[in-house]
Amino acid sequence: MGEVERSGGIEAEALVREFKNGPRAVDGIDLEVAPGEIYGFLGPNGAGKSTTVLMLTTLLPPTSGSAHVAGFDVVSEGPRVRAAIGAALQEAALDPLLSGREHMRLQTALHGLGKAERQRRGDELLERVGLAYAADRKVGGYSGGMKRRLDLALALAHRPRILFLDEPTTGLDIQSRTALWEEVSRLAAEDGVTVFLTTQYLEEADALADRVGIIDHGHIVAEGTPAELKAEIGRPTVEAVPREEADRERMATVLAHFGERAGSTPRGVAVRLAGGESRLAEVVRALDAEGIAIEHLQLHAPSLDDVFLAKTGRSLEGAGDEEEAEAPAAEPITSA
Amino acid sequence: MSGTLRDQVGQLARRSVLRTLRQPAQIVPALVFPLFLLAVNAGGLKDATNLPGFPTDSYLTFALAVPFVQGALFSVMNSGTDLARDIETGFLNRLALTPLRGAALLSGLLAGSVVLGLVQAIAYLVVGLAAGAELAAGPAGAIVIVALSVSVTVAFGTIGLFAALRFGSGEAVQGLFPVFFVFLFLSAMALPLDLLTIDWFHAIASVNPVTYLLQAFRSLLIDGWNLGELALGFAIALAILAIGMFAATSALKTRLVRT
Repeated sequence: MGEVERSGGIEAEALVREFKNGPRAVDGIDLEVAPGEIYGFLGPNGAGKSTTVLMLTTLLPPTSGSAHVAGFDVVSEGPRVRAAIGAALQEAALDPLLSGREHMRLQTALHGLGKAERQRRGDELLERVGLAYAADRKVGGYSGGMKRRLDLALALAHRPRILFLDEPTTGLDIQSRTALWEEVSRLAAEDGVTVFLTTQYLEEADALADRVGIIDHGHIVAEGTPAELKAEIGRPTVEAVPREEADRERMATVLAHFGERAGSTPRGVAVRLAGGESRLAEVVRALDAEGIAIEHLQLHAPSLDDVFLAKTGRSLEGAGDEEEAEAPAAEPITSA
Repeated sequence: MSGTLRDQVGQLARRSVLRTLRQPAQIVPALVFPLFLLAVNAGGLKDATNLPGFPTDSYLTFALAVPFVQGALFSVMNSGTDLARDIETGFLNRLALTPLRGAALLSGLLAGSVVLGLVQAIAYLVVGLAAGAELAAGPAGAIVIVALSVSVTVAFGTIGLFAALRFGSGEAVQGLFPVFFVFLFLSAMALPLDLLTIDWFHAIASVNPVTYLLQAFRSLLIDGWNLGELALGFAIALAILAIGMFAATSALKTRLVRT
């Protein structure tokens, strides 16, 4: 593991977590995240993302397998791992009765910063995440975006080398989401912080991550840069809508010659275009030859959702809902 | 206590105190309900002082011991629900990611109980004396009453912490509250132990530690300085504290499964 150990990345081998009376939430995953990298861990609800984060942050012992974070074993060197990492876990865990500044004071003190530095570091981080103006307000009155930004500031209190962010933008409006993305990018680019980010948002993984791992049912089903993963799928999707509803079936028959169905819209038909976008003109000619008038024709570049679909046979959107409905209740992760 | 541990306890104590002071809903019922019960009992049961062997001719003085114990029961709920909320919201996980020691967490959380105990004890004493109760032990006795009240409050607080850590839910902690009230009612709350003539009630009250907590408070209010009863009261408070802390520490180890 040489490089990872020296410089502070993340490595996991055959990591497993089973719950009593529940599913195998994480089922033998292998991971390697390089120092300074932003690694996006993408998957639907219930895929095993948060369980993985809890194991890597030492809050949940693995059932089997091994993991090293910042070069330290997560099982036998928990305190050293915790000293090297910062984490903003799912749901901003804040005390509504304390102010932002009081949170910073508590966090910096518990991490052992000196009294003078606590104040300085707290003010610096509140300024950085744009909360200086609300520092003395109780957190109970913060918006969702403000809470997430404070959560991020708290995770950075002790200058960690590695940052775990578990679905940091879930439930945020686009403005708050973009602001958080910018801050995370800056942390990696300027401060060299390694970021392990879980998300169920395709665009978030696409926009932020240097590399993406797609997890489903506890397995990593694909891994690579967003561009590599899309290139692996290779084929764009063409979606066509006939002017006459009655032509929809005939249109589907024509398009079937160009690739397999890729779902359908209420009025149109979509196929994954074998041979790529260069065949678009052929599609138009074939439809024209059949006398099918086209109301709308669109070419979609491959997305991470296409990758997810190709690897799992399901679309990412809604996959979590199915799993939550199917999965038996697992024991709480920190249960007695 | 090392500097780091002291600092951690101090920071968490500060948070616990701030939380208590910022939640009037925690303080007000703990003040009002015991005083309300005191008023009802003192008014309705004053003829009990005519019973042969009743230790004082002021039922108010006799009953004034009850709010100190009843108020302390609120700390089971307050300290427990605060910690349960931390578990439910993930705040405990945030704390677990710091180099925080378990002892610091539990001690810091009890600081809120200390404040609650202080506020309650002073309020009950002031109201009771203003209403005409006697304090045989004098001003020094008032200080000991406050100290005993804080000890009992903190001791009961540890049971709240244990319940929160064991069950992880505020509802479960609140469910304990009526159970503890049964202990209060099955004690020498309304009459001295010697005057409880129903056998089964007398037997239960005799082994109920709440009886001896009440007797410790009453000794200062009615007798003056009865060191035996006082020592027994403090010993029971310390025993509850020790058992509660042991149970809470064990439950914390299970709850905080960090490696």
